[in-house]
Amino acid sequence: MRVPILQQGGYLIASVQSSLSDEELLQLRDDLVARVSTVRARGVVIDVTVLDVMDSFATRILRDIAQMIKLRGAPTVVVGIQPEVALAMVQLGLSLGNLETALDLEEGLTLLGEHTKAD
Amino acid sequence: MKNKFESKKPESRSRWKNFPIKSDKDLVEIRAYGRKLAREIGFNSNDQTLIATALSEVCRNIIEYAGTGKIIIETAQGSSRGISITAHDHGPGIKDIEKALEEGFSTGRGMGIGLPGCRRIMDQFQINSQAGKGTVVSMHKWVDKNGY
Repeated sequence: MRVPILQQGGYLIASVQSSLSDEELLQLRDDLVARVSTVRARGVVIDVTVLDVMDSFATRILRDIAQMIKLRGAPTVVVGIQPEVALAMVQLGLSLGNLETALDLEEGLTLLGEHTKAD
Repeated sequence: MKNKFESKKPESRSRWKNFPIKSDKDLVEIRAYGRKLAREIGFNSNDQTLIATALSEVCRNIIEYAGTGKIIIETAQGSSRGISITAHDHGPGIKDIEKALEEGFSTGRGMGIGLPGCRRIMDQFQINSQAGKGTVVSMHKWVDKNGY
């Protein structure tokens, strides 16, 4: 299933609805990068609350997405990483690098608001 | 093409399932199954996630280095409840196992965290590999011996 991408104000919100196959994750990457340009989004939130596993591939693609969107001039915030998932990622040695995170969608939007205000 | 099947061995009340691995499409199913099984035999939610993540990584290893293979998931009940995961492939094999277990080492496109990460999150971890013949990764986690 394609991850729905909503637009709210100047922001895009990609809200993951179920476990994602690699293909779906790559589709999300392509969709987001394309949408950021077409709607001239000022920021992106990716909500991963429903993901119960984030392995090396998922982590890498999320980093890639954020990097690509940054090159298009907008910040990305990943929200909703579950505590168990955070624990597994740390134990496995997975890092999100410079990718910004927030507790939930609301916090993510607040964070983006602060970024874009500062610009 | 072999079908996925499940059977019960009455003597040990263990369950096992053989997952043929053919592409990254198999990942979602095997993770969900591993988590369900882990929950059923009494792993807490942290451990369920660790097991599902380890499964995902060994599955990726098969796909990336060998193309296809199989993963057998087995559970043991009773006094030493736990889960065993064995990943088999007939790929090129691992030339230097010590090196493959070093953090950050990868000959593929991954981040090199797969095998060392799995070793860290499981209670028992073993690799047998023969150049040109393939690789068997066996790992085990017990319910009552908390790995963290």
